[in-house]
Amino acid sequence: MLKNYIGGRALATKILCDRLISEWEELDPLGPDNVLLFLPGPLTGFFPGGRVCVSGKSPQSNGVVGSTVGGEFGVELRCAGYDGVIVTGQAERPVYVFIKDSDVDIRDASRIWGKDGKETNTLLNKECRRLLSERYSRHGEWKEPAKLYIGPAGENKVRTAVVMAKWTHAAGYGGYGAVMGSKNLKAVAVKGTGPLPEVADLGKVKRLINVVNKNAYENVLWRRWGTGGGGYSFAAKTSSEPVRNWQEEWHDEKSYGVDQFESRLWVKQSWSDFGCGTNCMKIAQVKSGKFKGAITDNPDYEMEAYLGPNLGIFSPEENVFLASLIDDLGLCGIQTGNVMGFAAELFQRGILSKDDLDDIELKWGDAEAFAKLAKKIALREGIGNLLAEGTYRAALKIGKMKGKDVLQYAIQSKGVGIGAHGIRSGKDFSTEIGYACSVQCGDHTSITDLSADGIVGEVWAVFNDSAVCCNFSGGFGLPRGLKFDFYNAVTGLELTRDKWGKGGGLKTLQMQRALLLLGGPDLKWNPKVHDDNPSRFYEPLPSGPYKGKAADRSSVKESVQEYYEEIGWDENGIPKSETLKKLGLEDVDKALKKLRK
Amino acid sequence: MLVPGADFPHLCVQCEDYPCVNACPFKALSISKKTSAVLVNDKKCTGCGKCIDVCPGRIPHLHPANKKIVICDLCNGNPQCVKVCQEGGWNVLKTVTRGEHPYRLYARKPEEQTRNLAIKLYGDKAEEFI
Repeated sequence: MLKNYIGGRALATKILCDRLISEWEELDPLGPDNVLLFLPGPLTGFFPGGRVCVSGKSPQSNGVVGSTVGGEFGVELRCAGYDGVIVTGQAERPVYVFIKDSDVDIRDASRIWGKDGKETNTLLNKECRRLLSERYSRHGEWKEPAKLYIGPAGENKVRTAVVMAKWTHAAGYGGYGAVMGSKNLKAVAVKGTGPLPEVADLGKVKRLINVVNKNAYENVLWRRWGTGGGGYSFAAKTSSEPVRNWQEEWHDEKSYGVDQFESRLWVKQSWSDFGCGTNCMKIAQVKSGKFKGAITDNPDYEMEAYLGPNLGIFSPEENVFLASLIDDLGLCGIQTGNVMGFAAELFQRGILSKDDLDDIELKWGDAEAFAKLAKKIALREGIGNLLAEGTYRAALKIGKMKGKDVLQYAIQSKGVGIGAHGIRSGKDFSTEIGYACSVQCGDHTSITDLSADGIVGEVWAVFNDSAVCCNFSGGFGLPRGLKFDFYNAVTGLELTRDKWGKGGGLKTLQMQRALLLLGGPDLKWNPKVHDDNPSRFYEPLPSGPYKGKAADRSSVKESVQEYYEEIGWDENGIPKSETLKKLGLEDVDKALKKLRK
Repeated sequence: MLVPGADFPHLCVQCEDYPCVNACPFKALSISKKTSAVLVNDKKCTGCGKCIDVCPGRIPHLHPANKKIVICDLCNGNPQCVKVCQEGGWNVLKTVTRGEHPYRLYARKPEEQTRNLAIKLYGDKAEEFI
């Protein structure tokens, strides 16, 4: 099985499919029967930059999303002798899991339940190091274990809640913080003292690590600024940044330049997770003014965009303040920025009143108003309870409440808010069907594309999320086949790009698609309606150098059909029986029969 | 990294008075003539942990598999950590000739070192994280 589904996202999909496909439609992602997985991959610990993949049935899409998060969790887990952690059922009261090699403890978490992200991190470090020093008193000082945890948003089963690591790292897409919360699982902490698994060709692995590192050393852009330059450049240069809930995608606000972040806010210019030579991370702290004391990393481009211009905010200090708050609450900056932008546009248009918003005057650019709203979302208070359902579900409810179609203001795809890379200007990496056909819906790191060689574009994202390696240290300047060489050096197998694209990668996509279409008890997707862009992407850009440009409905429709053809789905977007049988996915075929009628 | 961002190497600083070497009941620790690093003789080491307790920074630790003490031996004068740091262009680590410096000063416990660094980075705010 591992030869096909190497780890991470692919393995998670296979496990979920095997265990749950027959009951998938009825399975509540926030109920006790969902299965939550934390899976590293074969390259975790070897490929520079440690990551781990979090998955399960997504409370956002009702499908499977593979969501990766940085940090040492995957490495520690492998050193402790495990290939992954699978969580089933539901604890009676708040707990966390503490793993030290073969010693595994499910411990009471009542003292950390309700605590914000930074407090949780501190308390867990203290408690776990105390446990380690008590149990292994002769060892000397213990480095803290790696941890994945949730903040208050996850505890309250907010659909835009994340699984966090350190202070600011998050597995965002999918909403797995809510799944952890539904299981009463506050955190998993792991310390491994063994070596990583043996590799097939150690010399080659070492050489390839050097290749990846050398490439990283030369990448001045990531090294100096991370993706933090994007908050200005993706708007000013490529017109693809969300501005005021995507009403525009262009701004030329020099106040939002990366130089402003760098000179006013960054207190640390470079650090990284395990073994990464890029060191793209920064630490930003507001040193003066109203938001003094707020701390977050970079912020990276997505946080800059969604908690900045998307809310009409163009001040680095306010952006860091909001990003820091979102971290502490354990919310996803993208999804929460998306839903707050949606609410603000409804306020702008008079659809939601100040009364509806619990007396918050949700004006563009008012960071404090958005902060109030974010807290309400995390705690599911008042209007926050509605918006905690995520943009799509909130739009359906508000539509009913107000008797108006507000879906046109919901910039999402199948329940997942769209990443901050617009398609209208055509100048960003996102494609016209990138979000429409993706099995991870609005996820900007899992974009679909048509291709000439008969291998659909999304399989490469599946490889990164399954291997598991970083999109940044693993791309940008490296030869395309390098990751497969790396995989072969580690495993001793002979996987090629072509084999992956037509084998394991494609199988994973088919299964993810099947489970997405089977849907959940509250929502199901109809490809004819939902394999599409948000309607806003068909409205012409109102400003900037690409003013007037928009996605073209007929071209998108054509490309969607072409994509269906290429990946082996019928004209209704359902994987064809012959496609699935050819791939040996008979059980998936059987489960899809009812949809084909 | 007890506080994110505040990471540091927690390694032997070669105190002038070598409390660990003096405390070892089995004479398993010695001082390298070439580099002044503390060398561990695995055959003599029993893993009793006395050197950890007398170290002002609690820097030695037990190898999880063979239960012998691990102390930085400066790679016999060619430290690999310095090499990769230079290759990566960070220039944080350098080899220096041993001089009349109060080395002992740098043997600090992780909490203490974290506190200092975190306060430098985050100011008052750091107290909340330690």
